[in-house]
Amino acid sequence: MIEVKNLVKTFKDGPKETRVLKGIDFSSASGEFVAIMGRSGAGKSTFLYQMSLLDEPTSGEILIENKEAHRMSEREKMLLRLAEFGYVFQDYALLPELTALENVVVPLLMQGLTKNAAEVKAGEALEKVGLASRFDNLPGQLSGGEQQRVAISRAIAHGPSILFADEPTANLDRESSAVVMKLFEGLHRAGQTIIMVTHEDEYAKFAQRVVTLDEGKIVSERKS
Amino acid sequence: MFSPLNIGVGWYLAKRAILRASIWTTALIVFVMLLTFLNLVVVTGVLVGLVEGINNSYRTQYTGDLILSALPTKDYIENTPSVIAFLKTLPQVSLLTERYQAGGTIEANYLTRTSDTEKPNATGAQIIGIDPSAENLFTGLASHVIDGAYLGDNDYDQVMVGNFLLAKYAFGNQPSLTPLTNVDPGSKIRLSVGGVTREVIVKGVIKSKIALLATSVFVPASELRTLIGRTDQNVGQIAVRLVPGSDPNAFEALLLRSGIGEEAKIQTFAESIPNGVADIKNTFAMLGNGFSSIGLIVAAITIFIVIFVNALTRRKFIGILKGIGISAEAIEISYIFQSLFYAALGSALGLIVLYGVLVPLIAAHPINFPFSDGVLVAPIPGTLLRILLLVAATIIAGYLPARMIVRKNTLDSILGRA
Repeated sequence: MIEVKNLVKTFKDGPKETRVLKGIDFSSASGEFVAIMGRSGAGKSTFLYQMSLLDEPTSGEILIENKEAHRMSEREKMLLRLAEFGYVFQDYALLPELTALENVVVPLLMQGLTKNAAEVKAGEALEKVGLASRFDNLPGQLSGGEQQRVAISRAIAHGPSILFADEPTANLDRESSAVVMKLFEGLHRAGQTIIMVTHEDEYAKFAQRVVTLDEGKIVSERKS
Repeated sequence: MFSPLNIGVGWYLAKRAILRASIWTTALIVFVMLLTFLNLVVVTGVLVGLVEGINNSYRTQYTGDLILSALPTKDYIENTPSVIAFLKTLPQVSLLTERYQAGGTIEANYLTRTSDTEKPNATGAQIIGIDPSAENLFTGLASHVIDGAYLGDNDYDQVMVGNFLLAKYAFGNQPSLTPLTNVDPGSKIRLSVGGVTREVIVKGVIKSKIALLATSVFVPASELRTLIGRTDQNVGQIAVRLVPGSDPNAFEALLLRSGIGEEAKIQTFAESIPNGVADIKNTFAMLGNGFSSIGLIVAAITIFIVIFVNALTRRKFIGILKGIGISAEAIEISYIFQSLFYAALGSALGLIVLYGVLVPLIAAHPINFPFSDGVLVAPIPGTLLRILLLVAATIIAGYLPARMIVRKNTLDSILGRA
């Protein structure tokens, strides 16, 4: 369960202040698949980054399982991101010098798993996204779709409470995008909470609920 | 910071970053570390080795491991024959040579001098009476003849002259010396000792980087004995070489216990070195350490720049690591491991180059400085200390830029925002 109250984010550039999020209230229940939509510059990615604790909101409250995340220290946020969140970025965000398996292993090691246990778990996550034969490939040796599937494996390997995805299909062709969305659909059916930013209606249809932002405010919500 | 978890994750990341880095980049960084290591060790080593070369020459060409000389109140060593007989019974003694010594002058061009008011072409010198064979066996003096020939055991009225005493062979202008002009092997010069003057022939010229020898005249012992009117067998000096492994200090103590200290002043090689030489050695060591410190700072700055550029170009990935929950400490430790790898590999290669190539090569072929046959002095404890300094500087220089980048806002790093 994630809840956001009166979330404000302002960017400062010298004397100039730009208010990107203007007091957003939002909540999502466990197991829900929410798509956040909006035109370019509406503030949807900024909203996702505040919710997922990658950035510091200017004001407002963020409650994760009723815990006041906005009051947490950097270290507490890091531990929360490590244990409870999974991230899928638009540009895959894989480490180029690590193989597919190693990219998935690293956060598992940070959770205290032994190398062997982490590799077993990472292997299972990669098999789940259809990359059983690509364990030892570096990101540069994989297609965009395959890289995004590695990123999804990394995001789900530790069984996070919430999976945050920022435009996960933006850099992919239609075929790869469909594969990714099918994976999200499967994860959701298995009970995974997913909050996804997208600007494509076609992929927003996979979500249960679509929230639309415009000029830093939620302007509409609809069931998909 | 240094929890087992952070170290484990840091090592996992560092190992892969090193293994999959560009071989050329790694080679370049390691090469810089190798040069830095050599700079730290070799600069000081050569400066100290320059003085050590003087010491080595002094030991091999003059004093041996111990030198016995006349007591301050005497011109010669009392009871020399019995002292020598005693020394020859001792198993520690490998070789010895006896020398007579006297102050004197040599003069050239006296036949072409046109008036008594004209300043004679003369200079003061130490006159050393030697047994040519024994001296050569002990010091290899014959190998220092640069012109003419070495003295034979039956030569008389013939001398060997140190190169500083002859204008043609002198290195620069020595203070208080007026080198003789127009003198070559075969030239006649006047040798004056204790008011006795004799015309002798220059048989050869000795070139030595030991100033004491380069300003001496070597004459047959029997001839100097007649010049100074010595009727007994008492000599001015006895130089002693010990068998390898013998301790000069223990041998000196043995001689003192045996009462030889009553007859002669006994000094080990180290004790006989003029204080000035030790001061020069210390000065050069200080200079070397100064240069090394600058080298260390340059190395630290180099590593800082390398790691900073590396971390800066990888800022996005550092942001991603932080974003997915990898602790800042684990990321910083991964950079410390990388820095350590460069320092360790550079130092290891440096050790191989130093002790496998440079030290033996320079020992076999000393550097031909004008006043010393320089060697490379690199004692292992000093080298290890420099490795520790290099590693410590590298760790700090690797950690600081990584910390600077890691502490930046996570999202700014991921998105590449300033």
